[in-house]
Amino acid sequence: MAIARAERLVNLVLCLLSTRQYLTAERIRAIVPGYHEAPTDEAFFRMFERDKSELRDLGVPLETGRQSNAEGAEDGYRIARRDYELGDIDLEPDEAAAVALAARLWDSPQLTGAVHGALIKLRAAGVDVDQDAPAAVEPKVRANEPAFPPLLQAVQAGQTVAFDYRKPPPGGQKERTVEPWGVVAWRGKWYLVGWDRERDDTRCFRLSRIVGTVRTVGKPGAFKVPEGVDLMSLIARTEVDPHHTAPAKIWVVKGRAQGLRRHAKIIEERDGGDVVEIDLKFPDSAAKWLAGFGPDVVVLEPEVLQKSVRDRLQGALEGAR
Amino acid sequence: MTASNERLPRLLALVPYLLNRPAITVKEAAADFGITPKQLRKDLELLWMCGLPGYGPGDLIDLSFEGETITVSFDAGMNRPLRLTAAEASSLLVALRALSDTPGVVDTDAVQRALAKIESAVGKAQPAGMVVGLGAFEREETAEIRAAVQDAVKRERAVRIRYYSQSHDAMSDRIVDPMRLLLVEGRGYLEGWCRSALGVRLFRLDRIDEVQVLDEPSSPPPHARLTDTSEGLFQPRDDQKIAVLLLEPDAHWVAEYYPVDHAAELSDGRTRVLMRYDDSSWMVRLLLGLGGDVHVEQPVELAGEVRRRAEEALRRADHLLSTQDV
Repeated sequence: MAIARAERLVNLVLCLLSTRQYLTAERIRAIVPGYHEAPTDEAFFRMFERDKSELRDLGVPLETGRQSNAEGAEDGYRIARRDYELGDIDLEPDEAAAVALAARLWDSPQLTGAVHGALIKLRAAGVDVDQDAPAAVEPKVRANEPAFPPLLQAVQAGQTVAFDYRKPPPGGQKERTVEPWGVVAWRGKWYLVGWDRERDDTRCFRLSRIVGTVRTVGKPGAFKVPEGVDLMSLIARTEVDPHHTAPAKIWVVKGRAQGLRRHAKIIEERDGGDVVEIDLKFPDSAAKWLAGFGPDVVVLEPEVLQKSVRDRLQGALEGAR
Repeated sequence: MTASNERLPRLLALVPYLLNRPAITVKEAAADFGITPKQLRKDLELLWMCGLPGYGPGDLIDLSFEGETITVSFDAGMNRPLRLTAAEASSLLVALRALSDTPGVVDTDAVQRALAKIESAVGKAQPAGMVVGLGAFEREETAEIRAAVQDAVKRERAVRIRYYSQSHDAMSDRIVDPMRLLLVEGRGYLEGWCRSALGVRLFRLDRIDEVQVLDEPSSPPPHARLTDTSEGLFQPRDDQKIAVLLLEPDAHWVAEYYPVDHAAELSDGRTRVLMRYDDSSWMVRLLLGLGGDVHVEQPVELAGEVRRRAEEALRRADHLLSTQDV
């Protein structure tokens, strides 16, 4: 009966873990069950190469070396136990709960898969992580942009990427070549931060504006991320000052424009409505917000706001024709 | 990942897992690995054939799983799990860092201790190249609301909330049986069973004006289900209305901010979008606010309503401002 590939690989790992000597491919072929099924040398080497690369993909630290300096000595393999084994870990119940919550953070097939792999190993190390334990707060992060998996991979491999990037009009669409430093989620949106080669400067890109496929350029490890780069601060620096407010005086129809009323204070009654005072936190977007209430509100002060609301309403009148 | 390349990592983890949990049941172990008991038994049968060179009776992994429980009597040297791959480590560490940078949401002290322990166990950790900020811009009032809601969720108490519904531009008082507090895309939501709507609803924290934790338990009906957030909070539904809008460059943000079904950039720089909406009054408010930056192509009734409201608003402003004593 043929020996299953998984069985051969488990035996290969056990064999290489148990040896201090480097075992040559020929020796492994003779020892580990399954390889004897290879009918020719060529078939065996193909099989062995595939097995080695699968183990390396899983993170098994295969060491290559020579047993002796004797002439004709061949390269052999072994696995150093200290490189293979996960370090000791012991989590208190509240720490394990934190890990369970962290594991549930991702709403992304790629990251959910990776975190599942991590949990299996932690559990194997004796940690009890109850993934279904209810949490008072459940943070969720999605990463469903098609550009996310290839970019994260390129970041981790240190490989330059090229992609078509669409800026909002009138920016248009252009190809960009970027040394990717990291991907950042901020306020529910994903960004790529990196060095834009043509612009010769640091740039941030919104993943949702990347069009088509992300291509890799050159070899992995082709660049270094500068020391001390704070990825988050490169994205978050565009923050508006929330302390800047401007007062306004507005007439509101009785019982209407509740969205405005909940932030406002009534100062008098007039013409079948209330005159209210409100501190507008974002004066720039206030006109847009106020115009939305239509005939339910009339801006009394300041005049500049009054005028921009009127402009919007005039525009809406034309836009709806 | 396909089933076959999930199997080897599982096989390598199984023996140490079982060593740490003497006499665990097949059912429990299968649940921890996210597989069926039948698959677990297959895995155990395979491991039972593996061992050390020599492969005699004393060299093979020895386990018993005849009954309901599993016991390992010889591990063939596989007593610790394989260390985490870079992808595994970063998926967990980045998530923990995100939690630890969000005070007020979780017990950040426990998160930081967990983070330190995992970092040291993982060893040789490479920088993840990934940062996640969960934090939202939150007003002081909202922080207070969040604390009260969090308390209710923790103690499993029903709440009475005064809620602003943006789609109807209306305030309402509701009693809600909290199920959880969700933090998605930089915003906080109370998810719970709304006793007025008789359904599971998401309430944006920054639209809750008052919250009162009641002296009665939160008791959502058994059929109440949490929202699946994996495809986004708001899923298109067949009963929604659809508007066709032509956006000027200045209003292009609409296509990114709101979920739109289809967006096509025209040669003149404008963008035509198909946008779903539930409530006409909400859509009219959005369109009035966008002013001349949007052209309503369809439906005609929507365009008519926008026109009517705009005309009335201009008339009222003219009237009111002319009679104002300046």
